[in-house]
Amino acid sequence: MKTSSRSAIRLLAVLTLLAAGNTARAADILIGLITKTDSNPFFVKMREGAAEEAKKLGVKVQAFAGKFDGDHDTQVAAIESLISAGAKGILLLASDSRAIVPVVQKARDAGILVIALDTPLDPMDAADATFATDNFKAGVLIGEWAAKTLGPKAKDAHVAFLDALENQPSVDVARDQGFMKGFGIDPKDTSRYLDENDKRIVGHYWAGGAEDGGRTGMETLLQKDPNTNVVYTINEPTAAGAYEALKAAGKADGSVLVVSVDGGCPGVKNVKAGIIGATSQQYPLLMAKKGVDAVVEFAKTGKKPPPTPGLKFFDTGVNLITDKPVPGLKSINTAEGLKICWG
Amino acid sequence: MNPPADSVPPRPVLQARGLVKRYGKVVAIDGADFDLLPGEILGVIGDNGAGKSTMIKVLAGAVHPDAGEVWMDGKLVHFRSPLDARAVGIETVFQNLALSPALSVAENMFLGRERRRAGLVGTIFRTLDRSGMRRESRERLHSLGLLTLQSVDQPVETLSGGQRQGIAVARATAFGTRVLIMDEPTAALGVKESRRVLELMLGVKQRGLPIILISHNMPHVFEVADRIHIHRLGKRIAIIDPKAHTMSDAVAIMTGAMKPPPLPEL
Amino acid sequence: MNSESDKAGQAVEAGLSASGDPAAVATFEERKSPGRRFQQFLHVYPTTIPFLVLLLGVVVFAFIAGSRFFHPLNLSLILQQVTIIAMVGIAQTLVILTAGIDLSGGAIMVLASVVMGRLAVLSGVPVPLAFAAGIVVGLFCGFLNGLAVSWLRLPPFIVTLGTWSVFRATNFLYSKNETLRQQDVEQIAPFLQATGRLIKIHDHLPFGFVNGATVTLGSLFMIAVAIVMTYVLRRTAFGRHVYATGDDPQAAQLVGIDVSRTLVSVYTLAGFICSVAAWVLIGRIGAVSPNAASNVNLDSVTAAVIGGTSLFGGRGSIIGTLFGALIVGVFRNGLALAGLDNNWQELTIGLLIIIAVALDQWIRRLSE
Repeated sequence: MKTSSRSAIRLLAVLTLLAAGNTARAADILIGLITKTDSNPFFVKMREGAAEEAKKLGVKVQAFAGKFDGDHDTQVAAIESLISAGAKGILLLASDSRAIVPVVQKARDAGILVIALDTPLDPMDAADATFATDNFKAGVLIGEWAAKTLGPKAKDAHVAFLDALENQPSVDVARDQGFMKGFGIDPKDTSRYLDENDKRIVGHYWAGGAEDGGRTGMETLLQKDPNTNVVYTINEPTAAGAYEALKAAGKADGSVLVVSVDGGCPGVKNVKAGIIGATSQQYPLLMAKKGVDAVVEFAKTGKKPPPTPGLKFFDTGVNLITDKPVPGLKSINTAEGLKICWG
Repeated sequence: MNPPADSVPPRPVLQARGLVKRYGKVVAIDGADFDLLPGEILGVIGDNGAGKSTMIKVLAGAVHPDAGEVWMDGKLVHFRSPLDARAVGIETVFQNLALSPALSVAENMFLGRERRRAGLVGTIFRTLDRSGMRRESRERLHSLGLLTLQSVDQPVETLSGGQRQGIAVARATAFGTRVLIMDEPTAALGVKESRRVLELMLGVKQRGLPIILISHNMPHVFEVADRIHIHRLGKRIAIIDPKAHTMSDAVAIMTGAMKPPPLPEL
Repeated sequence: MNSESDKAGQAVEAGLSASGDPAAVATFEERKSPGRRFQQFLHVYPTTIPFLVLLLGVVVFAFIAGSRFFHPLNLSLILQQVTIIAMVGIAQTLVILTAGIDLSGGAIMVLASVVMGRLAVLSGVPVPLAFAAGIVVGLFCGFLNGLAVSWLRLPPFIVTLGTWSVFRATNFLYSKNETLRQQDVEQIAPFLQATGRLIKIHDHLPFGFVNGATVTLGSLFMIAVAIVMTYVLRRTAFGRHVYATGDDPQAAQLVGIDVSRTLVSVYTLAGFICSVAAWVLIGRIGAVSPNAASNVNLDSVTAAVIGGTSLFGGRGSIIGTLFGALIVGVFRNGLALAGLDNNWQELTIGLLIIIAVALDQWIRRLSE
């Protein structure tokens, strides 16, 4: 009996130690959140959402950001320092979705859960999971809305494209090509724009995602084709700038359809005011929150988050916001949109 | 303290006694004296590190001495900055000429001393009297024998080294100057251009302006100087007459190889 | 002394000995090749080149892009499009003339706009006060730049690179990245958008060929600022001191110019002009956005350089910078209307910059 009780005690001690070792204490969990820049309100809201969720769960979030759009090196350095800091998970919005893959692999090899947020990596499975808006779908929604709103006139429409940047980041391309598909323009190779030849396309302009570029872009494309009656914009600040140009040209009378993506609160207000016809709303706060939750889950149980059934990523959802719904296309109105908007 | 009594010799225009300047542990000038007589060209020579540049800078108001006094026309003066020295008429033509290459001849002539138009336009709008300055520049250059066949609006950098030297001298002699200091004027010039500058110096002297000529070029100094001030180890150790001594004498005194002749009573 | 000057000097000597005039110490006449003549002409009139390039651009695009380009409305639109770059460019010109550079100008402008906007619209501050506060912020930012450059003697590139980040971060911290919508600004502080007011020319002038052009108050304001600054540079002593400081700061110091004070004044003045540009920015975009105009810093340098302002200081003019800004606008607009991909625009602008700097170097080589 003595031998067996001593071994039982030893066994109990070992099991206790093992159990203690395996249980990650909440306070030990470090999550890295790496955004593209720190200036875009989209990323700011994400950071806030992550910080809030982290506080609720008692874990720690360390935020990093590139210094400018496309700043890849800062993100690489951030991942490396998170590896040495012993982070349990990394939430990443990649500036260069291809070049970041090797260092992401390094992190995963070190046992860190890497979740791509908003911008999928290339290839997508280079990350353990992807939580994103389906930006292509976001584009399709507003394209369909524009086409259905125009009705029979859609086949003679003059469509202007106010895109973001010359290096065609994935978000930019996805929305642009999605819009084309939804509107009925053949997007050809959906991994890039500018290769299409539909005669309804007035032209593309890189507005840099801000108001001033939107205004100059709209002015220029209007000069190119004064009959422009549909304007696709990459985001709502661009749309606001474009509207100023339309106003100055005396075309702010509703004769030109302006569509956008994002669903930020100022943008939804602009939909309400009639400046934007329809916008696709996305949910950065949800992305961040789910990202934090997923890392905590992984740290505790080792389970990786599953994608949305039928998709390779987890779709955080997109809703069409408009006060002029069209039949056959699900949308919510601006009052609803304002309740769940961000920024 | 009263300036030293002077009897027969003419009173020096610019005079200094007992100048001392230390930079940390290094003593640049150690009780240096200086006299510049009216209407003369005084050559100042000395080996590098002998302290002559520091002494000249004190006279030009660019350096404050730790001890010693400076008199101008027999009156004690304190220079807080080069502007004070210029205010009493001490002008320097620097080794690098202090000309602004992209600015025109006329603009350089009046740099730092721009003339404004009379009346409200000048005071409220601070408008420059450009045509007046151009005219004066042209006159100045003419009077020094620097003929201008092109305009004074030409940028200075289009001129050769000798021409620029001429502009610098014209500027330095233009504003009520009493003493002209020329720092290595021929150092960067070729033989013929140096000749022109030396002749220019003689022309300036003829107008009654005394010149302090600092130079390493013995032949040039011996050619134009009336007296030569030799600086060594932070002090004036000799004043020699270029007609009574040879260049090798001067170099020997400068380097300490020869005992300097006794200083005349001044 | 290199051979150019020696050759010039020897030509003078030869000329003098030939004329046998011993009294002529220095004459300014030289026999020059046509290349040298042109080089000297450009010395005195450096804005010739940008002016010619602008003219050439307009003519070429009139052919390529036809009447969509060469129409009073489009041409006047180009002016509107470059107005903000031109204004910050004016500030940039002043700084570059002193052989410095201001990488923070655009950030100062946006910060000032955010201060004006948020104080007036969100904090309920009376609009004139809010406007003044924005101007004061700009003055202060410029003053900081000037202090660091003149007193701490740090290279302007480094200083303004740092202050660019500082001002940008201040902007985002203060605004929390929030944009004020145009409608909200219009409701509470329409004065801030006043520079956006359009004046349509068609009925005001008898000249038929400008009919259809539109001009904003902002553009007119920019032109007024350009005229005032041109006057300051060319007709006041301060202007001369600015050129002298950039050309040869040691020479300037030696003739009694207070180089430190000139530098501080220049940077402060630049900050002031940028904060005034904030007013034009709000007029153009209607909204108050912390993310707007992020490229203006570099665009303003581009405008100044293409306009003939030398990065080495002492050379350049406001009108040159205006031409530079217009050139950028004309090329961007013309290429877009001609149907060329945006990338071609950036490539062309890049080439123009290189050519401008190379030309400046060639002109400068006269002096070595």
